[in-house]
Amino acid sequence: MSQDFRLDNVGMVNREKKISFKFNGKKYFGFEGDTIASALIANGVHLVGRSFKYHRPRGFFGVGVDEPYAILQLDRNNERDPNIRATEQEIFEGLEVKSVNCWPSVNFDIGAINNFLKMFFPAGFYYKTFMWPPSFWYKIYEPFIRMAAGFGEASIKHDKERYEHKYEYCDLLITGSGPSGLASAYAAAKNGARVILAEDKPRFGGSLLTSDVNIGNQTGVEWTEKIIAELKSMPNVTVKNRSQVFGYYDHNMLVMSERISDHLPKTQKYLPKQRLWYIRANEVLISSGSIERPLVFGNNDTPGVMLSSAAKEYMKVYGVLVGKKPLIFTNNDSGYETAIEFKKNGVNPIILDTRSNPSSDIITEAKNLNIEIKFSYVVVAAKGYKKVKSADIAKISDDKKELFNIENIKCDCICVSGFWTPSIHLASQSGNKSKFNEKIDAFVPDKSKQQENTIGSANGIFTLEETIKDAFDKGFDVSNKITEKNNKVSVPTVVEKKSTDHDKFWCVPLPKGKSYKRFLDFQNDVAVSDIELALREGFRSIEHVKRYTTLGMATDQGKTSNLNGLQLVSDIENKVVPQVGHTTFRPPYTPVSIGAIVGREVGKHSKPTRKSPMHSWHEKNNAVFVDAGVWLRPRYYKQGNEGLFEASKREAKNVRQNVGVCDVTTLGKIDVKGPDAAEFLNRVYTNAWLKLPVGKARYGVMLREDGIVMDDGTTTRISENHYHMTTTTAQAANVLSHLEYYLQLVWPELNVNVVSTTEQWAGAAIAGPNSRKLLMKLFSNLDVSNEGLPFMGYKEADLFGVPAKIYRISFSGELAYEINVESDNGYFMWEKIMEVGQEFQIQPYGTEALSTLRIEMGHVAGSELDGRTIPYDASLEGLVSKKKDFIGKRSLNRSAFTSTDREKLVGLVPIDKTTSIPEGSYIVKDPKAKLPNPKLGHVSASCWSVEYDNPFSLAIIKDGKNMIGQKLFAMSPLKNKTIPVEIVSSHYVDPEGKRVRS
Amino acid sequence: MLYINCPHCGLRSQNEFAYGGDATVKRPELNKEISDQEWDNFVYLRKSPRGKHLELWHHISGCRQWIKVERDTSTHEIFKTYKANEAIE
Ligand SMILES: [Zn+2]
Repeated sequence: MSQDFRLDNVGMVNREKKISFKFNGKKYFGFEGDTIASALIANGVHLVGRSFKYHRPRGFFGVGVDEPYAILQLDRNNERDPNIRATEQEIFEGLEVKSVNCWPSVNFDIGAINNFLKMFFPAGFYYKTFMWPPSFWYKIYEPFIRMAAGFGEASIKHDKERYEHKYEYCDLLITGSGPSGLASAYAAAKNGARVILAEDKPRFGGSLLTSDVNIGNQTGVEWTEKIIAELKSMPNVTVKNRSQVFGYYDHNMLVMSERISDHLPKTQKYLPKQRLWYIRANEVLISSGSIERPLVFGNNDTPGVMLSSAAKEYMKVYGVLVGKKPLIFTNNDSGYETAIEFKKNGVNPIILDTRSNPSSDIITEAKNLNIEIKFSYVVVAAKGYKKVKSADIAKISDDKKELFNIENIKCDCICVSGFWTPSIHLASQSGNKSKFNEKIDAFVPDKSKQQENTIGSANGIFTLEETIKDAFDKGFDVSNKITEKNNKVSVPTVVEKKSTDHDKFWCVPLPKGKSYKRFLDFQNDVAVSDIELALREGFRSIEHVKRYTTLGMATDQGKTSNLNGLQLVSDIENKVVPQVGHTTFRPPYTPVSIGAIVGREVGKHSKPTRKSPMHSWHEKNNAVFVDAGVWLRPRYYKQGNEGLFEASKREAKNVRQNVGVCDVTTLGKIDVKGPDAAEFLNRVYTNAWLKLPVGKARYGVMLREDGIVMDDGTTTRISENHYHMTTTTAQAANVLSHLEYYLQLVWPELNVNVVSTTEQWAGAAIAGPNSRKLLMKLFSNLDVSNEGLPFMGYKEADLFGVPAKIYRISFSGELAYEINVESDNGYFMWEKIMEVGQEFQIQPYGTEALSTLRIEMGHVAGSELDGRTIPYDASLEGLVSKKKDFIGKRSLNRSAFTSTDREKLVGLVPIDKTTSIPEGSYIVKDPKAKLPNPKLGHVSASCWSVEYDNPFSLAIIKDGKNMIGQKLFAMSPLKNKTIPVEIVSSHYVDPEGKRVRS
Repeated sequence: MLYINCPHCGLRSQNEFAYGGDATVKRPELNKEISDQEWDNFVYLRKSPRGKHLELWHHISGCRQWIKVERDTSTHEIFKTYKANEAIE
C-alpha cells in the first residue's frame, strides 16, 4: 500500500530509510522516525481499536502521551508487550502490532453489540448489572467482563529483556524540553548547575517543533537544535530523550523511565530495554507543557475526530495529512494554526469558530489565505461509523443554548481545539495544591510544597515571549541558590503571532429529538449522559462521580477528559469549577512497564543467596537444599533412590546410633563485649546470667516487652568481658537490632558493644553416642572427657593446625559438640570431620533430620515460638527468673498470660502408630461436632520418631499439661484427614536428659 | 522516598533505614513497681498524631545507630534529626 497521505518534503522523518512493519497481520511502510500512528495515518489507516465499554470503533485522537484510543499490543523478539500507545511507539523493521479489545477482528467486532445495548451500560453499570444472583458471578459475569476488558494480554513467558535501575543526584531536574525547559536548562547550566533535562519524546523542542515562531533570529527548530547541541557538550548537563518523569515523591525524589531499546528491532548487547532513574534533585522545574482540550459534541469519538494540535504535529513533524477534507472546530486561535498548516500544504480546511467576532493576527492571516471561516458555528455531530464521512453543523445562539440552520457537510476529519489544559500532574504529586486560573479556565500549580517550580504552559503561560523570559529567570534563580555564580545569560528576542481570548464553551447542546452520545472520557466511554445520571442519582463529590462513572480512571488518567468533566459537573450543579475541585493526581503520569519497576531483581537476583563455606562439599555429596531465610541449607543428602522421608530417617537414626555432622554456620552469632556485658545479658534474657563462669555456655530465652518469646539460643562466656551469643537463623538480624536498641536508647549507661559475627565463623555440630570418640581424634591434645569438657562447657583447641572453638551444646538431645572455626577454614574442618569420623560411621545430616531429632526431644523452634507463645506455653518456665527483672517480665503478670487454659506444649502420638499427623492440624474432642467445632489447639511440628519408629508430633493445646493421657482427634480439613491421637509429654525421647550429659 | 539526615553519616535515602516508632516513649525503670495501666500504656498505647512527630529510625544499612527524627506525618517534612541521646530542642 502506498503512503497516500504522506506529504513531500515536509517533516522530520528520514525519507532515506524506508521501514516495513505489520499491523493486524498486514504489511505497511513508513520511514525512520515515524511512530506507529504517523505511519498508519500516512497509509490512510484510522481504525485501530475498539472502545472499552461499547466497542465503538477507535482511531487516533492525539500525538503523544495523551492518546486515549490507539493502544496496541506489540510483538518484539517473540515477546508480547501490551498497552503500547501507537502515538509514542516508533516503528522499526519487522515490528508487529495488533489491535486489542476487539474480537474476532477490529473491522468486525462482536462486542460492538454493546453499542446497541448501551441503555444497559449507563454510569455505574458494573455496580448495578453484575450484582445478582451471586451464583452468576463465577460462570457468567466474570468470564464476560474478562472477555470484554483489558488493553491486551501480558505475556506469561519469562521476560528475557534486561531492565535497569539507576540512582542519580542533580542540582536541577527539568521535566520537558519545550521552550521553557530548554530556556531554563540553558540558563541554569550556564550558571554552573548540574542539570538533567528529560524529554519523553524522541525529539527535543516540544511545541517549538510545530509553532511558527522566531527566537533570536532563528526558527523554533533551529534554536532547539542549537541549545540542545550546546547543552550536550557541557559536562554538568545530562540530556535524555525518550525519558518520561512519571512520579514525584517525597523529598524531591523523582522517578523517570527511559526507553532505551523500545524503538530498536533488537536490544543491543550490553544495553537494557528500559532504565528506571531514581533522581534526587535539589530543585525541580516542571516544564511538562499543556494538552489541548477536546470539544464535546455528538459522536465525537468517531475515528477522524482528533485534537487540532495533533493534526498539526502529524503534518509538521511526520509530513502526514490526517485528512484531505478537514473541518476545524475551535473555540480559540489554536485551531487557526492547524488550518493555516493545511492550507500551506494544498488542502482546503473549513474553520468552525464558536466565537462570534474574534480578531487577532492569526485570524487575519487565515482570512488572507482565503480559508473559509464560519463564526458562531459548531459541529453538532460527526457522521460515519468507522471513519468520519461528514458532519452535521449548525449556527449557535450567543447564549450557546439554541442551534439553527443544521446542515450536513462532507469532511474526512474533524480537528478540535477547546483551548489548553496545563499538565499539573507532577506538581500535584509533589503536594502542591493547585488553584483555578479563570483566564485560562484550568488549574495551575499554587504555592510550592517541595523544591519545585512550574514554568511555561504547564504553569498556564501561553505566550512564547513570556514563557522564554520567565524560564530564563527561573533557571537562573534556582541554579544561583545552589551555585552562587551569578552568571546570567541574556534572554533572546522572541517574535510570535498574537492571539486573542478563547471562548468559554466546551459542550455542544443536543438538537431537539436527537440522543447522540457525547463523550467526555474517550478511553473509558464516559458520556455526558453518564455524568448527568450520576448527579441525578445523588453523587456530589467529584471523587465519587469519578469512581461511579469511571471518568478519568483509564490508563490515560483523564489527560483529555478531566476538565471537560469538571466543567459539565459545575454547569449542572450551578457551581464554578474551583468549587467542584479536581480529583487527586497520582503517579505514574503514564503507564510504566512492570519490568522497569522490578529492574534486575528477578529470579536469583530477587534476593541475596547466602551459602556456608561448606556449600560446595554439600553439593558434591548430593545435598538437596532448602531455603532458610536467604540461606541455602542442606535438607538431606540423597543416597541412591532415597526420597526426603527415607534419607532424613536414615540420617536421624545414624545420629541416635553412631554420630552425625550438621552444618550450623547459618546460626546467628553476636559478640557481646564490655565490662557490663553480664548485666546486659541478665536484662535481655529471662534467666540469671551474673554468675556464669568463664568457659561455660548457657541456654537463654529472650522476650519482647509484651512477654512473647522473641528468640532463644546459647550464649558462652569466652572471657571475663566477652560473650559469644547465638540466635536462631531466622531472628539473627532482629536480635541484633533489639540489642542495639536497648544499648543505645534505653540503657546507654551500660558499657557494652555488640557486633554480628555470623559471617566470621563456620560451624559444625557433631552429635551422637560416638561424638566424643570422634572429638578425641580430632583434638588429640585436649581432655574431652565428661570432666574435662562437661555439658555446657567451652574449650579452645587446635584442629590439625587450625584454631577452633568447641562448645558442648546439643540441639539433637544426644551427646553433642559444636565446633566453630574461622569461615575460611570451614571447608577444611568439614573434610577433617568426615575423614576422621569414617571409622565411627559418621554421616552428614540435613535440616530435616535435625527437625526430627529436636521434635522427638521436645525442643522448641520457630514453629512453636511463633510470635504467640510466652515461656510458660513452651515448657520454658524453669528459665524464667523470679528474682530479677528483665525485658518483658512485667507483661507475664497479665491475666491473659496467667490463665490456666492457655495453650501449652505437648506431644501427640497417633493411636494406630502409623498415620502421620499433618502439621497445622486442629485438635478437637469430637470430630463429628457441629461446625464451628471448638478447637483445642494445633499441631506445630511433625516427624517420624526414629527412636520408636512411629509418627510423633508437637502440639500446642489448651491446658495441655493436664490433658496428658487423653485421647483426642487431629483434623486436617486441607488433607481431609481425621486422626485419633493420644496426648503425651513433649519430651518423647530421653525425658531425663541423660544423653546430653553422658 | 524520604531523605534522612543521619547525624552520624549525613543525608541518606530511606531504604537504608528501618522505622522504629514513637521516640518519646520511655521504658519504665527496671525493678520498679508500676500499675498494670502504666505498663500497658508503655507496651501498647501509641499516639498517632497528624503533624510533628518525634520518631526513631535505625540506620541498619549504615552506621547501625538508632536516631531520632522529627518529622511531619502528613507532609513528611523532616525538621531535625538527633543522635540517640542528644537533648531534644
Ligand atoms: Zn548513620
